[in-house]
Amino acid sequence: MLAYLLRRVALIIPTFVGVTLLTFVMIHLVPGDPIEVRYGERGISPERLALLRHEAGLDQPLWQQFLTYEAQVVSGDLGTSNQTHESVWVQFTRLFPATLELSVCAILFAVVLGIPLGVLAAIRRGTPVDWGLMSFSVTGASMPIFWLGLMLVLIFSVSLGWTPVSGRMSDVFDVPPWSGFMLVDAWFSEDDGAVRAAVSHLILPTIVLGTIPLATIARMTRSSMLEVLGEDYVRTARAKGLTGFRVVVVHALRNALIPVVTVIGLQVGTLLGGAILTEYTFSWPGVGSWLVAGIGRRDYPVVQGGTLLVASLAMLVNLGVDLLYGVLNPRIAR
Amino acid sequence: MSGLLRTPEVARPMPGGLALFWRAFRGNRGAVAGVCVVVALLVVAVFADVLAPYSPTEQFRPHFLVPPAWQPAGMREFLLGTDDASRDMLSRLMFGARLSLLIGLAVVALSLSVGTVLGLVAAFAGGAADVAIMRIMDVFLVFPSLLLAIVIVAILGPSLFNAMIAVAVTYLPTYTRLVRASALGELSRDYVAASRSAGAGTLRLMFDTVLPNCLAPVIVQATLGFSSAILDAAALGFLGLGAQPPTPEWGTMLAGALGFYQRAWWALTFPGLAILVTVLAFNLFGDGMRDALDPRLRR
Repeated sequence: MLAYLLRRVALIIPTFVGVTLLTFVMIHLVPGDPIEVRYGERGISPERLALLRHEAGLDQPLWQQFLTYEAQVVSGDLGTSNQTHESVWVQFTRLFPATLELSVCAILFAVVLGIPLGVLAAIRRGTPVDWGLMSFSVTGASMPIFWLGLMLVLIFSVSLGWTPVSGRMSDVFDVPPWSGFMLVDAWFSEDDGAVRAAVSHLILPTIVLGTIPLATIARMTRSSMLEVLGEDYVRTARAKGLTGFRVVVVHALRNALIPVVTVIGLQVGTLLGGAILTEYTFSWPGVGSWLVAGIGRRDYPVVQGGTLLVASLAMLVNLGVDLLYGVLNPRIAR
Repeated sequence: MSGLLRTPEVARPMPGGLALFWRAFRGNRGAVAGVCVVVALLVVAVFADVLAPYSPTEQFRPHFLVPPAWQPAGMREFLLGTDDASRDMLSRLMFGARLSLLIGLAVVALSLSVGTVLGLVAAFAGGAADVAIMRIMDVFLVFPSLLLAIVIVAILGPSLFNAMIAVAVTYLPTYTRLVRASALGELSRDYVAASRSAGAGTLRLMFDTVLPNCLAPVIVQATLGFSSAILDAAALGFLGLGAQPPTPEWGTMLAGALGFYQRAWWALTFPGLAILVTVLAFNLFGDGMRDALDPRLRR
């Protein structure tokens, strides 16, 4: 078990180096000299260009530049935005709680709804309930979520006026950014109604971002339950005279959840990609909108650093899921 | 009637692979519906010039933001209404179908062909080449696919062509892994050894002997890949990183409708609905293929 853990943890080092190499190469593929681009139309004299290139280390061989970059990354220096001249890391840590809050709510939404619906479909196999739930699931998995977001805004915000169109918080509330998580900060703020406002801002983005995970989890739970319900120990449990509910929840679901946990972990990539679209749709001030804006402004340090951070995050979550899976199912850990 | 008396059933020759496939596929109502929609989309895409009432970029000033025909203010000339530049929505959607299917086809063809070659090379070469290829694919897999696509477009510059390249790159690891895994499974089989001892060269072994036997999972993945490619390309269009206006790409149309969506629900509803229906159809089709091609599920 320990050997498995160590091997799995050690494997992320070459992957991480690969990720940094990719983000390094990516920036070097951008057409134009970064210094010249920074000075834009104003232009720059050849002597000054050479000096600045030397200062930035751009006259060194590529492999040396990569080593410098790698050393910077490892020491936590991801460069500064060429628009705001603020550290990429500082920007990321300021915006990340918004993305995390949205993602956690979305995955909770997907799990809390998806697992019961999957179980329901499995125990009602072949009935209209099953058919309806699975149609819903395949539709959800095919959903262009950016469009779903716009349609929900059109219905619930524009027509019914129930929820706000965009953002995280209404201007009328002055919530001190203590933890960065709006729900928590609103809870501790002086204003009554701030929590309500935070929830109403969060609800549509949560549904939008949670749709694809919800569909996937419901579907996976169903097929996993169907498999488990056919096992001998479930038949034994029934034969002992246990109630259907007890058999389903205690005996079957616990074992059926192992593959579901993996699927939830695999959703993290989808979730981070979906967060970009959801945040853009709802002007949610998180990492996703920041990256898209960075691309729009050709703010390459932001794009490079942000991409690296999001990819590293996805890598760590995958590692966590693998380790958790090893604990849940010791057979694969050998 | 007793089953014993029905001898003709036994005397019938074994059905071929295609017949078996079709029998399994036909039983899946969703898959059949998916195929029907895909065929309809194909017809619309191929004959868009004939079927569409107007050109997708023709402007009918001053009829801008005309609602669909069944609405009180609608006009019979514009069945699904017009957009903010007085263009016919229906015509744009029909030409958009052509674009979306082309995107799906190009992305799948590109990632499938490169992925197949890489996967076969990894499986046949083994050793350092295998490790190198698969490690690179692992690195690509770390990135959430949409993020990787966005970054590639950010480097290459936003255009429909670059968006297709970007999406194709994000699907490369899937095909490479799939082909490698199936090829490794086949390589230990006797028929491969027999072919090798009969003097078949590596290339012949790769593409003629092994590849045809790896195709089932690849075909399924390719069908499902169509839907993801269309969805991702539309997402890039929506973010302003894919096809550029006035190209009638569905995601780009949605992005264009953002400025006035509170006044014109139709400009927002129909392109998204088109994406959803297309992606859904390919997903149902792909699921049906998988169920029909997977012998473990076939009774």
